[in-house]
Amino acid sequence: MYTSKNSSSKNSPILEARNICKYYDMGDTRITAVKNASLSVYPGEFVAIVGKSGSGKSTLMHMIGLLDTPSEGEIVLNGHLTKNFKENQLANIRNSEIGFIFQAFNLLQRTTALDNVILPLTYSNVPKADWNKKAIDMLTMVGLGNRLYNRSNELSGGQKQRVAIARALINNPSIILADEPTGNLDSKTGTEIMELFLHLNTQGKTIVLVTHDDDLAEIAQRKVVLRDGEIINQ
Amino acid sequence: MRVSETLRTSIRSLGLNKVRSFLTMLGVVIGVFAVISLIALGRGMQNYISEQFDALGSNLLFVMPGRMDMTADPARNFARNKLEKKHVDMINTYASEYVENVAPHIEIGEKIRYKTKTFNAGVIGSSYVGKDMYNFDVKEGSFFTKTDETTKSRVVILGPEVVKKLFPNRSPIGETVKIGDDSYKVIGVFKEKGRAYDEQVIVPYTTLSDTFDIKNYGSISIKVRNAQDVDTATKQIRSALLRDLKPDDFSVMSQKDILSTINSILGILTSFLGAIAGISLLVGGIGIMNIMLVSVTERTREIGLRKALGATSKNIAFQFMIEAILLSIGGGIIGLLFGYLASFVARSFIRAEIPIWSIILALGFSMVVGVLFGTYPALKASRKDPIEALRYE
Ligand SMILES: Nc1ncnc2c1ncn2[C@@H]1O[C@H](COP(=O)(O)OP(=O)(O)OP(=O)(O)O)[C@@H](O)[C@H]1O
Ligand SMILES: [Mg+2]
Repeated sequence: MYTSKNSSSKNSPILEARNICKYYDMGDTRITAVKNASLSVYPGEFVAIVGKSGSGKSTLMHMIGLLDTPSEGEIVLNGHLTKNFKENQLANIRNSEIGFIFQAFNLLQRTTALDNVILPLTYSNVPKADWNKKAIDMLTMVGLGNRLYNRSNELSGGQKQRVAIARALINNPSIILADEPTGNLDSKTGTEIMELFLHLNTQGKTIVLVTHDDDLAEIAQRKVVLRDGEIINQ
Repeated sequence: MRVSETLRTSIRSLGLNKVRSFLTMLGVVIGVFAVISLIALGRGMQNYISEQFDALGSNLLFVMPGRMDMTADPARNFARNKLEKKHVDMINTYASEYVENVAPHIEIGEKIRYKTKTFNAGVIGSSYVGKDMYNFDVKEGSFFTKTDETTKSRVVILGPEVVKKLFPNRSPIGETVKIGDDSYKVIGVFKEKGRAYDEQVIVPYTTLSDTFDIKNYGSISIKVRNAQDVDTATKQIRSALLRDLKPDDFSVMSQKDILSTINSILGILTSFLGAIAGISLLVGGIGIMNIMLVSVTERTREIGLRKALGATSKNIAFQFMIEAILLSIGGGIIGLLFGYLASFVARSFIRAEIPIWSIILALGFSMVVGVLFGTYPALKASRKDPIEALRYE
């Protein structure tokens, strides 16, 4: 069975993709979204995955986040092969080890910021008595201590993304996976969000950022460039 | 995920679409309401009939024309009515051992008129011994006598409801009322006994049979001397009548027999109507399934997100299942309340009653409807691929 997030030492990767491929068979034609990609993410790293639209960034991110299964190759998380994990094991790992952040925020509609942040806790083993305090602390940390009870439709884009970041962090995951987190924001708000990511990284969070914007990628320590599904540079 | 948390989530989701949730519940509300109020009314009818029989004296036997076991067409029983004067004499002659009194019974519906006022009453033709047999209490005036019976005199005893209508605030004794085209002298008023009785008037059967040219008796009532002899008396009366009639021409029934026959007819009727009402519950269930399927499609992204954040397929299925069950149980409870209210209102006319088993049945059935029709949408939701769900727009 899968063991805790603390089992990885500083110099073994949290996450390792070994020659993963993703195909989509559409009748006679086969679309290759990701081709033979290998990638390791070490604790505390800030990695940017860049590439043009359609180059396979999201597909790659979904696979390393255990949301999608590779057609070929292996994903290794904290030294464990994930290939034979059952659906509910994968769900548990996504819940406790991985924090997803999406371009479209994906908050629950007409639900308070607090309840949105609590959502991952409802699928965890954290005692219910701790939920509110944890979520309030996390929202305060991302700068929304004064917006706890506002519903998602009452928040600005930047605030929504902060709620989403708090939600991703709430279970203290090993790794944060963010797919175009500033894609729906103006540049000023986008910059603020990026500063928040940098801040989180200095606090020791491991972050993988997916973006098509080369300038944003400059913030990261390491850039992985994708073209037509292949990693051409890392 | 905890059950309480799933419940909270489901209630919140339903609350986001209040009108839709309510309309979806309405199908089940109507179904449960129909089932409950029909059962309550059926019960009320049974209670009503039992009361009518309780109001009669005990030790009574009834000879009815035709067979009374529901195997024959009831209309035919009336058409072949062969009960007449000689059968009353036969009972008096051959079964006198246990029999105290015998009274023929004729009943017609006719207008009673006094000056400009009319009342649609049941006109009963009975014997002078009927007063003791049926425990009629005359509160004013007197019952008719043997002489009235033999001379076919035009006298009538009115039920209290008839008096209220025709003679408000005054005594009718000595007045003349018209039944059909003939005038009758009012000689008595009954004490209140029960709605059906209070709207009747009674005249000597000889008079009624003569005036309206009725040869056959609707039934013959017999008072048995002792309650423990009812069974023996029944046998004796039957064999007395078999001297003239065929077994299919008549039946001898005790109050208990009649009551259980009526109750079983009402029981069948009630369950039949209840079953029809149950079908509307099924229709309500289909409505729930329909809306749940719409909801699953609308919330595709939410499902994808929940899976990304750690929900298992089971969690998702459970959440949608609970929503469907909440809709059906909620509808069931509201329908039950309305049914209860309806039976409460009906109680001023009839002693309607909601048996506990019908409450359990209605709620159990609506729960089953929720599970039945919630399963498919819940499975559909749980099987959504998180990636496709997140890409859904
Ligand atoms: N379900 C699918 N069926 C068929 N092809 C798909 C499917 N999902 C993705 N693809 C294809 O895979 C390729 C990679 O898609 P992906 O979404 O990973 O690109 P991306 O780099 O994230 O692009 P963007 O920057 O626009 O988000 C695209 O060509 C896309 O059309
Ligand atoms: Mg993408």
